[in-house]
Amino acid sequence: MFNQGPSWARSKAGNEMRIESVKSLKSLADKVRREQKKRSIEILVCAGTGCLANGALEVAESLERAITKRKLDAKLKLGVKRTGCHGFCEKGPLVVIQPAGIFYKGVRAKDVKEIVEKTLEGDEIIKRLLYRDPVAKKKVETYQEIPFYSRQHRIALRNIGKIDPAEIDDYIAHGGYQGLATALSAMKPDEVIDSIDTSGLRGRGGGGFPAGRKWRTCRNAAEEADEPRYVLCNADEGDPGAFMDRSICEGDPHAVIEGMVIGAYAVGAASGFIYVRDEYPLAVVNLARAITDARERGLLGDDILGSGFSYDVEIARGGGAFVCGESSALMKSVAGEVGEPRAKYVHSVIKGLYDKPTVLNNVETWANVPWIITEGADAFAALGTKKSTGTKAFSLVGKVKNTGLVEVPMGITLREIIFEIGGGIIGDRPFKAVQTGGPSGGCLPEAELDLAVDFDTLTSKGSMMGSGGMIVMDDQTCMVDVARYFLKFLVDESCGKCVPCREGVNQLWLLLEDICAGKGKKGDLEKIEALSDTIVTASLCALGKSAPNPVLSTLRYFRDEYESHIKGKHCPAGICKDLFKFKISKEKCTGCEACAKACPVDCITGEKKKLHKIENKKCTRCGACRNVCRFDAVEVVR
Amino acid sequence: MSKTKDAGRVSEKTGRKLDEKKIKALLERFPEGDPRCLIHALQDIQATFGYIPCEVVIRLCDRIGVPMSKAFSAATFYKAFSLDPKGDLIIRVCTGTACHIRGAQTLVDEVSGSLKVKPGATTKDLKFTLETVNCVGACAMAPVVSLNGKYHGNVQPGTLVGKIKGGK
Repeated sequence: MFNQGPSWARSKAGNEMRIESVKSLKSLADKVRREQKKRSIEILVCAGTGCLANGALEVAESLERAITKRKLDAKLKLGVKRTGCHGFCEKGPLVVIQPAGIFYKGVRAKDVKEIVEKTLEGDEIIKRLLYRDPVAKKKVETYQEIPFYSRQHRIALRNIGKIDPAEIDDYIAHGGYQGLATALSAMKPDEVIDSIDTSGLRGRGGGGFPAGRKWRTCRNAAEEADEPRYVLCNADEGDPGAFMDRSICEGDPHAVIEGMVIGAYAVGAASGFIYVRDEYPLAVVNLARAITDARERGLLGDDILGSGFSYDVEIARGGGAFVCGESSALMKSVAGEVGEPRAKYVHSVIKGLYDKPTVLNNVETWANVPWIITEGADAFAALGTKKSTGTKAFSLVGKVKNTGLVEVPMGITLREIIFEIGGGIIGDRPFKAVQTGGPSGGCLPEAELDLAVDFDTLTSKGSMMGSGGMIVMDDQTCMVDVARYFLKFLVDESCGKCVPCREGVNQLWLLLEDICAGKGKKGDLEKIEALSDTIVTASLCALGKSAPNPVLSTLRYFRDEYESHIKGKHCPAGICKDLFKFKISKEKCTGCEACAKACPVDCITGEKKKLHKIENKKCTRCGACRNVCRFDAVEVVR
Repeated sequence: MSKTKDAGRVSEKTGRKLDEKKIKALLERFPEGDPRCLIHALQDIQATFGYIPCEVVIRLCDRIGVPMSKAFSAATFYKAFSLDPKGDLIIRVCTGTACHIRGAQTLVDEVSGSLKVKPGATTKDLKFTLETVNCVGACAMAPVVSLNGKYHGNVQPGTLVGKIKGGK
């Protein structure tokens, strides 16, 4: 098979690095742990995509330089570690100093000198760099005290932010590959499947299909037909607003690989692929390195841990097509074809990649597997709700104060996630809706905030779990515009194979375009509902079948907003540019000039400390003035 | 080969010729008669040239045994591939949900208006390409714009055009 990874990912070292048995895995873990314990201080610098964009690399490099220059290494025995995403991306770059757990946010290279002098050499905490808890309204010194972290229960994200994803030994020292060792040395393949069954683990990619059942069906089908089988990982995280899988691939790639090897052992597969999204370059680099290192260590490839079991995995890069997250389209894409789904009369567990029985699970699902084997299926099943066990990672984004990754037990309420962990809405504005499940999901209003989050309750309310994107919206978000946005997304991403999706979603989108432009007509809403019904019934794959969800769920909960667009020709949220004007309130304006400075087209005039005015002809309705006004003086009028 | 339409267009506009050595080295990486490596090969061609020159695809088809119709079907299906040369600066405005509700569309309109290109197109002088992307997974810094692969977070309306024209 064609298998030539990029040059930087090719193996250099020889076999002397191989771990030949379960026993030597344990002694390596102990050895690395002893080495790490010698360090009295460990500085963790987040090197995830978000923090890197804000200059984390410069911070890490200048920390390393300062430490060498001042010979602190010998004195204090400290080490700098570049970790994966801590999940608190908005505050990046993040620096955590262990073992005290001092948490600095928004650190720049220029702050390094002060950190070294005051915190490392002295014992002083730099107040300026601390995080301020918006709920308790006070500064917090350590990682453990921040509600964003302390309320979480991390299983899939267990190592992220703690280990260096480029160091396989660091993963091993944190208990990595122990699950694999247990499975290979003490469990039969059927017992592994039983254990996953007992844990109740359901696929985290959106569908929520029980993983154990999927594995067993695949194994049985392959045994019966005496065929080879494949174990794949779906890292084509296409839902906009979701980045859990990106963070796992970047920050803890070995957890995914270990999970896959355990799965392959259970199913009896000898090879597989990780299908990674084209938009995630760092994930590809970190996964490729992890695969090379795991092969060198004998944890992937031939005769894993001296057990006689062999399984190898390759990376397949996506081509930037959302539909390739769908299982049958993904498998076509891996095989080098155009990623169009097929009708699934026969499921891919029976006829999948190259028409052979195939198990496909997503990144987060695989990352849970090693934990279940080491900690026990019952420990996993004890978390969450009866039908949705364990935890789920969400990316909490949008108009919420603490944006980032959160992993919480299933069954927690939306209110807890958004207001306690997320700290509430930016600027303490009114909450309007939360969107879950990506383009196939829906929007839930304030009345549903006390809903317990799990697979089945979300679906029953017209939304879905999806892969875990959670986008919070305030009163300045137009729900019609949100529905239009998702439809446009799906129009672009529909593969075009079946008519209801290709043509139907397009017409649905055009109807919403009209409504947002003030050309909505009486009867449009009924037309939308009828058309949606056809699309849901007649589309070939889940992309089409769920495409009307965003518009149906917003219609269900925010029908008045649609009516205001159609009948009143007004967008109350101030988003649809043809349907409103901005006006500065006489009562509220203080004449601070902030809006005039922010306006990109200079259409705001006024003297200091006097009422400002917007010249409506020039105004582009970009909303920059509204964003900067601290007195809520920029109002939306007809 | 420099006489072909493609090679001529590139050398004229970007000052870069399609390097025969580069093409050969690239094609040799793929096993003869193995159609399964099509997508991977297209990715490497895209990465090498910044776009997918038709001539290279034709030669790839010969080598790996894929009908041209299938290769071009794949090259036009996936968003990551482009049959047209890209500008020196590729501006990718993230229009994921989080970026959308924090004003990504305004950014697209601003750049589009200022450079007079539609999203997905390249300016005539091959200096700028404006693209939208469905989510780069950096939602916490929304709205995000990537300039030649470097991410810029929390981009405010009115500041992007200056950044682009300043060549940063």
